[in-house]
Formats: sequence, structure tokens, C-alpha cells
Amino acid sequence: MAIVSGPLSIEGLTAVVERDARASGEGCGAVCAFVGVVRATHQGRPVRYLEYEAYEPLALRALARIDVEIAAEWPAGHVAIHHRVGRLAIGEASVAIAAASAHRAEAFQICRYAIERVKQIVPVWKHEFFEDGEAWVEGTLADPDDAGARQLARDRACA
Amino acid sequence: MRVTVRLFARLRDLAGRPALPCDVPVGASVGDVWRAVVAAHAALEPFGGSVSCAVNEDFARMTTAVAEGDEVAFLPPVSGGAPACR
Repeated sequence: MAIVSGPLSIEGLTAVVERDARASGEGCGAVCAFVGVVRATHQGRPVRYLEYEAYEPLALRALARIDVEIAAEWPAGHVAIHHRVGRLAIGEASVAIAAASAHRAEAFQICRYAIERVKQIVPVWKHEFFEDGEAWVEGTLADPDDAGARQLARDRACA
Repeated sequence: MRVTVRLFARLRDLAGRPALPCDVPVGASVGDVWRAVVAAHAALEPFGGSVSCAVNEDFARMTTAVAEGDEVAFLPPVSGGAPACR
């Protein structure tokens, strides 16, 4: 789990979770990777670049919490999450998540749950810069104890 | 007593600064700190119902009590992503 200011490597994360899953229980049968990348448009407006900002100590705490939630929900699962901060160009990775488990269903579920929870509770803010202006992108009020939000992430993961 | 307030993202832009000292009475809550910050930076007022908060780098509530020297952070909604995230 990390907040990083340089380019992200999904391969590094998949290797870590594969190794961890292989060393436990039934072993590793599936690795699922998710990479969020900077899109060139926002609601039809061309985007020039993005800046991500984090409250890093709290973001790390939130990521650790997601790790604990996943361990409770999917005991055989393993997850690794890196979120980038700073200025990002179109096409660059902003978040990388790797999940591993003995079987593919759990790996997919863990990966989806992780990104939903990242979006809900990790204090990272996205600032979009357009040709003709800029805007903060604001979604959810971060509250790790909101059971409804957690259930929503679980529902999306297991849909 | 004095606490240090930290502001992020749009809150920081609106206040024009990332951190500020804030004097509140002994026994004050995070909510009291927020009201003191808004009194000094009226541009933050519309955010009242949509900030979350942290004390000393851990999630807190507006009702959480603060102590001398605490770091109190106010957080606008996080980056969210796809529509209807909630």
C-alpha cells in the first residue's frame, strides 16, 4: 500500500500479490489487475492534464483499512494498491491495484471492492485542468465507518 | 488553546492557505474548530455540510474533542469517480 509520486508499475504489484497468495492456503490461482488512467475528456471537455493531491498519512491509514476489510471478507485473498499523486498526463496511471487468490472469482471481487473503497474513503483529490479552466472533482464524503458505503462496494464487487 | 488546522484541495484554494493556527476554548470539538475557521474564511461556509475531518492523522467526527497542539484536518469530498458512487 503506497502513495507515490512517480510512475506506477502494475507488474510490481501483481508479482507481490502472486507471491503472497502462493505462500498461503491453496496457493495462487488467479491475479486480477486494475489500472486507472487519466482520461482525455471530462463530460465532453478536453482535459490537458490532472493533478492528484493526497493527505498522505491519512491516505495510508485508509489504504491499510481497506486491506483489513479485504482480509476479513476474503481470507484467502491478497491485495496491493498504489495511488499516484502530482501532475499526470493523459494516459498515465493514477491508481494501480492487484488482487490475488486461489480462484478467479475472489480475485475479481477483491480488485473491484478495492477500487470502490479507494474512491470512497482514501483522501486523494483530483484537480482537472482544461484548455479554458480548471475544476476539482468531488465525489464522496470520506467516512470509513459508513456501513452503507461499504455494503455498496461489496455489492458492486459481488454483482 | 491552539490547534493547527490543515486544509486540502478546494478548501485550501478557497482559504488561500494550506494551514493555519486556530484558537478555541478548552473542551472544544472539531465542529467548534470548523466554525472558527469559517469565521476567518467566509468562503468556506458553503462547505459546512460536506466536509469530513481528521484529528492527528486519523479520521474523526465533528463531535470529536480536540486538545492543545492537535492537528485538525478538513477534507472536501474525495475524488469519487463514476457518477452515482453513492
